[in-house]
Amino acid sequence: MKVGLFIPCYIDQFYPQVGIATLRLLQRLNVDVTFPMEQTCCGQPMANSGFQKLAAGCDRNFIRNFADCDAVVGPSGSCVLHLKEHLHDEQHPTEAAHLRNNVYELCEFLTDVLKVEQLPPVRFPYRVGLHTSCHGQRGLGLSSASELMKPKFSKPEQLLNMVDGLELISLAHPDECCGFGGTFCVFEEALSAKMGKDRVADHLRHGAEVITGGDMSCLMQLEGTLRRQRSNVRVMHIAEILTADA
Amino acid sequence: METTVRTTHHAEAAAAFLRDEENVDWHNETLWFVRSKRDKAATLLPEWEDLREQASRIKNHALSRLDDYLVELEKNAQQNGITVHWASDAEEHNRIVLDIMRQHNATQVVKSKSMLTEECHLNPYLIKHGIDVVDTDLGERIVQLRNEPPSHIVLPAIHLKKKHIGDLFHQHLGTDAGATDPQYLTEAARIHLRQKFLLADVAITGVNFAVAETGGFVVCTNEGNADLGAHLAKVHIASMGIEKVIPKGEHLGVFLRLLARSATGQTTTTYSSHFRRPAPGQTMHLILVDNGRTRQLASPDFRNSLKCIRCGACMNTCPVYRRSGGHSYHTAIAGPIGSILAPNIDMKQYADLPFASTLCGSCTNVCPVKIDIHQQLYKWRQVLGEAGAVEPAKKVGMTGMDVLFSRPSLYRFAGRAGRRLMKLFPSLANNGKLNPWAIHRDMPKPPAQSFRDWYAEQEKK
Ligand code: SF4
Repeated sequence: MKVGLFIPCYIDQFYPQVGIATLRLLQRLNVDVTFPMEQTCCGQPMANSGFQKLAAGCDRNFIRNFADCDAVVGPSGSCVLHLKEHLHDEQHPTEAAHLRNNVYELCEFLTDVLKVEQLPPVRFPYRVGLHTSCHGQRGLGLSSASELMKPKFSKPEQLLNMVDGLELISLAHPDECCGFGGTFCVFEEALSAKMGKDRVADHLRHGAEVITGGDMSCLMQLEGTLRRQRSNVRVMHIAEILTADA
Repeated sequence: METTVRTTHHAEAAAAFLRDEENVDWHNETLWFVRSKRDKAATLLPEWEDLREQASRIKNHALSRLDDYLVELEKNAQQNGITVHWASDAEEHNRIVLDIMRQHNATQVVKSKSMLTEECHLNPYLIKHGIDVVDTDLGERIVQLRNEPPSHIVLPAIHLKKKHIGDLFHQHLGTDAGATDPQYLTEAARIHLRQKFLLADVAITGVNFAVAETGGFVVCTNEGNADLGAHLAKVHIASMGIEKVIPKGEHLGVFLRLLARSATGQTTTTYSSHFRRPAPGQTMHLILVDNGRTRQLASPDFRNSLKCIRCGACMNTCPVYRRSGGHSYHTAIAGPIGSILAPNIDMKQYADLPFASTLCGSCTNVCPVKIDIHQQLYKWRQVLGEAGAVEPAKKVGMTGMDVLFSRPSLYRFAGRAGRRLMKLFPSLANNGKLNPWAIHRDMPKPPAQSFRDWYAEQEKK
């Protein structure tokens, strides 16, 4: 199976270490993974701002880059959800449909496709708070939501539990939104910042030393908030923890 | 009324509300407490998710044959002795109410809670025509005395603390200055309202569910004020949006179980009052109001939102609503569902509301009738974007992004240049005037190399 590595634009530009960890993790699990060099953005910023039509160029570019992959994996629930729901190209409908059905968020790919039950040994002896991102959780179904009266599960937790020494903390609001929300973080600056602050406070109150999650955009929001507070609580993408001493 | 396109209204109002952070925290926690009560009540019903599915299907079915059910409702209601009126918009609704009042030479009206009459701005209309209109739901009365609209469809005065209410009652009802004891204040309100009930010629109520099969309707209140009003007054006027009709009486069980649990975590609303025919000596009117609903019904993307039973659960769970307060939505129905309904009434005036969300999806999950609320907000954004109802600056920005992201080489160049700029002028990136992100948060530190550059280097090795 040929797997295309999708590194969303903001991870490429601001968090290359997350891309590197994702690549290493997949390689350690013997996945045949390639990174198409001409990829850019999934188009979500435009679509969420009401200009889905303006994402057509992005869509075309994405399809051009990944059409020959059996599966696409990206370390961002939000971008993956956007692709699953909206990737579209009138000229290449079959390719678009193939990619919509075969694009995976990293954790989802590990638990559902690779069916990983054991990771190459990693040790991470810290108290970790898991930020459950909305698009990953409610959109992609990576974990159960507190609103639904259904059995509880969490794919990211399942993976973190395979890490030696890691202690997951529990939160008062296990699945409250962090307030990033794409362009919401700029257009509703005051509200977004307050949501970030409240989200961080829940983790701090419960003794997190590290905050992690599957969505670097949410984590950027939490990191920006923590740094402004001069906190030394670290923020790491889940791929970085799963490859902690690799 | 606004004429210019402005998608920032909610953001500004929210920022103003957020200035009193202590109050915001209190508002947030109070509503979260209600959401938690809802969770507990829902957990106790193993069939919860099935009930939601059933409710959704019944509503879908009713909407698919709305015309038939409305005609059936009208026929059966008339047979029961109820006078039925049809109103195509808010203005017509208000005129019908006034006409009925005039026919009975009535000047005093008591109202129980009805979001439809809020939507139609009935109170100011009646007052303008010399009628004394009193809201009898305690929370409604409080906001009415403050000359404000309700900030929540179930908990109209949830934005106010005991102290505000003490001051308000001191001013209007002559209670002791500084009194905040809820028992004492409620008692004062009760005495005040009792006089109004006794004097009223007409009682106006909303309708939670109208049953086509029987021609009757149900009104749910926790204070019994709809009962009291309707039983004491000579004339009972019930106003309902046309989407409130359900086919059969047996369906009520599904909705009544879901409504109170979703709204406040109660097993049932304290009073579920069934009205079927006027009592001897009384008259009963039922007004069926469209006001944009048929337009919504005709739109496959948004028809689903007509299933709403106005439980308020989507507001209680909404992380935005909890921190921005109901008034920031500047519409009768606030919160996630209001943000779908309002642009249907006036797209320009409410163009900001579908953007007042992070699309987190919690609203969709709590909704007892399974409205895909956050998906509809997304769809509204597309409609607004295409109709040119989004701020021009936003469109320019998004067009720029399109240019950038469709051209990989340009994207690479811009990325490199951007990172270098941030390195050279960190104060620029962290300037809140240029970059709103940086007002309350730090920017990430630009790395030396993008992932792509790193990868290219690896390949060469
Ligand atoms: S949209 Fe759903 S959750 Fe919101 S008020 Fe209506 S029925 Fe309740």
